[in-house]
Amino acid sequence: MKLITSKIATRKKTGRRLPYTGLLTLLVLFSGMSNANEYLDQLHQQTKQSDIGFSGFSATRGESLFVTQFGTGKPNTPACTSCHDKNPTLPGKTRAGKPIEPMAISVNPQRYTDTAKINKWFGRNCRSVLGRECTLIEKGDFLTYMISL
Amino acid sequence: MNLIQKTSILSFFAILISPLIQADENYRPVKDTVVISECGACHMTFQPAMLPQRSWIAIMSDLENHFGEDALLSEQTNQYIKDYLVENAADQQWVGARLLRGLSNSITPLRITELPYWEKEHNEEVSTREWNNPKVGSKANCVACHRHAERGFYDDD
Repeated sequence: MKLITSKIATRKKTGRRLPYTGLLTLLVLFSGMSNANEYLDQLHQQTKQSDIGFSGFSATRGESLFVTQFGTGKPNTPACTSCHDKNPTLPGKTRAGKPIEPMAISVNPQRYTDTAKINKWFGRNCRSVLGRECTLIEKGDFLTYMISL
Repeated sequence: MNLIQKTSILSFFAILISPLIQADENYRPVKDTVVISECGACHMTFQPAMLPQRSWIAIMSDLENHFGEDALLSEQTNQYIKDYLVENAADQQWVGARLLRGLSNSITPLRITELPYWEKEHNEEVSTREWNNPKVGSKANCVACHRHAERGFYDDD
């Protein structure tokens, strides 16, 4: 009898815990999304401060940045699409043959959830492709494009 | 003992020891999660036993020009990974000795594919057509042919 009671107690506990687990999952999912938007907001604030004429980021400009063959950086990576697929909802491939998860947040909610990681890759890839750091507007446009898809 | 008996005994021992002879292309796989996530983001996590210490130091000192790409890390992460690679380098373990065979001490190879031993093992066996197969893509893509390369097994050739 004692055993059964304890079993019921456990079941009750788990039953009560379940909605919380669901809530937590949702929270994790949304915190990821808000993180990308938070990063974008920060970029927006910084750009507004440094550029009086700034009227907002543009997904269209972001797309053009993504597909343009710059050829001003390292010879093997003239464009973002040298490794990423032209369609950001599809996976890309590194030069060493490893798959790259899609860039569009709609198909890959894990993207842009870690600020240090965003900064690391903007740094590396802007220098590889453009041969310089990206501007605040370029970063904002790029993210706006990836969020818009 | 007749010839048939002799042959069967010999073959029995040959079969028995054959895995020992073949199973020599094994390297301790990388278990460190930082090394796996940082190096493995772009390419196979090569086993540190595949290059000597001087090579790892040279590679980790120039990540801005990492085989045609900028792969800069934070100073802290860079130091951590460099320490790991140096500690487990080819000249730190017996399995690496064979790999460094024929390599002059005055040369610091930056690629595993530059090792005389690697060249010897691949040049005769792998044709240009196979290297150019889009599924292979790059000589750094060990797993294209060695399916368990990431786990340190290279015997499947």
